[in-house]
Amino acid sequence: MNDFLTIAMPKGRIFDEAAELLRRAGYKLPPEFADSRKLIIDVPQENFRFILAKPMDVPTYVEHGVADIGIAGKDVMLEEERDVYELLDLKISKCRLSVAGLPNTKMSDVAPKIATKYPKVTAAYFREQGEQVEIIKLNGSIELAPIIGLSDRIVDIVSTGRTLQENGLVEYEKIVDITSRLIANPVSYRMKDIRISDIVSRLNKVIDKEPVFDTQG
Amino acid sequence: MSRLFMFEKPLGMRDTLPDLYETKKRLRTAIEEEMQRWGYQFIETPALEYYETVGAASAILDRQLFKLLDQQGHTLVLRPDMTAPIARVAASKLLVDELPLRLAYSANVYRAQQREGGRPAEFEQIGIECISDETISADGEVIALMISSLYAAGLDHFQISIGHIGFVQELFLQILGTEERADALKKFLYEKNYVGYREHVKSLSLSSIDKQRLLDFLDLRGGEEVLEKAASLIENGQGKEDIAQLRQLWQIMNDYGEQAKIKFDLTLISHMCYYTGILFEVYANQVGFPIGNGGRYDLLLKKFGKNSGATGFALRLDRLAEATGIFEKEVPVTCILFSEERRKEAIGLAKEKRANGERIVLQDINGVKNIDLFSEQFDDVILLIGKAGKGSGE
Repeated sequence: MNDFLTIAMPKGRIFDEAAELLRRAGYKLPPEFADSRKLIIDVPQENFRFILAKPMDVPTYVEHGVADIGIAGKDVMLEEERDVYELLDLKISKCRLSVAGLPNTKMSDVAPKIATKYPKVTAAYFREQGEQVEIIKLNGSIELAPIIGLSDRIVDIVSTGRTLQENGLVEYEKIVDITSRLIANPVSYRMKDIRISDIVSRLNKVIDKEPVFDTQG
Repeated sequence: MSRLFMFEKPLGMRDTLPDLYETKKRLRTAIEEEMQRWGYQFIETPALEYYETVGAASAILDRQLFKLLDQQGHTLVLRPDMTAPIARVAASKLLVDELPLRLAYSANVYRAQQREGGRPAEFEQIGIECISDETISADGEVIALMISSLYAAGLDHFQISIGHIGFVQELFLQILGTEERADALKKFLYEKNYVGYREHVKSLSLSSIDKQRLLDFLDLRGGEEVLEKAASLIENGQGKEDIAQLRQLWQIMNDYGEQAKIKFDLTLISHMCYYTGILFEVYANQVGFPIGNGGRYDLLLKKFGKNSGATGFALRLDRLAEATGIFEKEVPVTCILFSEERRKEAIGLAKEKRANGERIVLQDINGVKNIDLFSEQFDDVILLIGKAGKGSGE
């Protein structure tokens, strides 16, 4: 019973890289893994159950213990502040959380408006800068906001910067670098410690090897 | 503010319906009896306390406190835990000549929820405090009693992680030099952010040996062998004594025959900032949060004017109920359905059966619209209908 592990995986961007990492760590995952429309995938030969969740929700599943471990972006961890263990930097899905806007513009002096999917991180960042801003929460296509005049700036994930560029926006400041993390529920971390430690050490080996792969390829 | 509907309750407040009530009552009774067998005496304290005294002494975050004003304008709090109120009572009333004092409680505590549901803001804690005994035997007794209480509650699959906050503090101080730098690193532990911890350690200007000591610290989880490793990380002084304490505790748990239930986890840090020494959490399968926790708090009573050490634990009844599962109704309930003519006979019969300890529902048949549906709820139904002596109609 203690051996069975439920893993919350983020759908979309991070999924393929995360699955690839698990495969490199020697876990046998079914080939049709990513194509599946299923939300729950059992992998009996590894004693795994994967649940596929929205990236923002992964720490929630893990905090409540319905998933033992999960893979979540640091951006989500910062925004959600869930009570979970952050065990490992998987160093995948590298990107950064940045402030962006139209080129050569200044923020309003009276009430600067910032559109973002990350209201908590944004508020904390500007407060540290000594600036009081008004935050507008959006759920996607954040780049629209400054273009059509909803906000002065946006705070969003930037990986290559192409999306910003294509929409005529520029990056002003980087807030923080983002990678994906292996997270664990505090109870599972103790009750299933052997199993989770095994995953951590196996993943750790393939993460450490990464620079070697880079120079070879 | 939008108009409230009649069925709404404040965020995090829950009703306890009959099945859960029975479950909680059985758990409570079983645990209370076990605690009493160990000589602990139950007390009650008020739900409201002063914010300035008990509110400030408690380790619960300020934003989690329910606050209100009394008519004189004092700020009151709904007690967020029981340890601080018990420290108040013990320090002001019960502690005599610093003799060891064993107190127990079972009470609701209140912690406001900020974000969302899924967690109760009012829940019952059942626990004990062993006050004015600073020996390691007391720490051992408290953990052993927690284990016994869980057995009494019918739980077999659980595990206890034991840490030592004094050791963490001493190790960090030895390596980092100042409280401030030690606290900065401790914050990562408190936030359970091991990635941030490692990055922070790497960024410090320390010798590679000291960095490795701090990184190795994260691996201090497991059985007795962990204490060996921990001792090798720390220089002589208080930290070594803390480890010696944990060794003794391991031996004591062996004397109680309960070594299998405990593991050491020296990375364990509690949000309860009043802990000063050994601290622990208990986990059960199927429950995503700890079902209980405890530890030694040697400075809390000082806030109430007494220089006494203490240790204790609290179990959460709601999470315990989640771990044991809801008990199915086991005590049979019999219904006596009567018509007016035979009311007296029905009352007599009910009285007789109740005196035997049976659970009897007495129901006038004219008060029930759907008799079949009503009868289904009971294990047995006795009909006393029609003229007496003409048969009961069964």
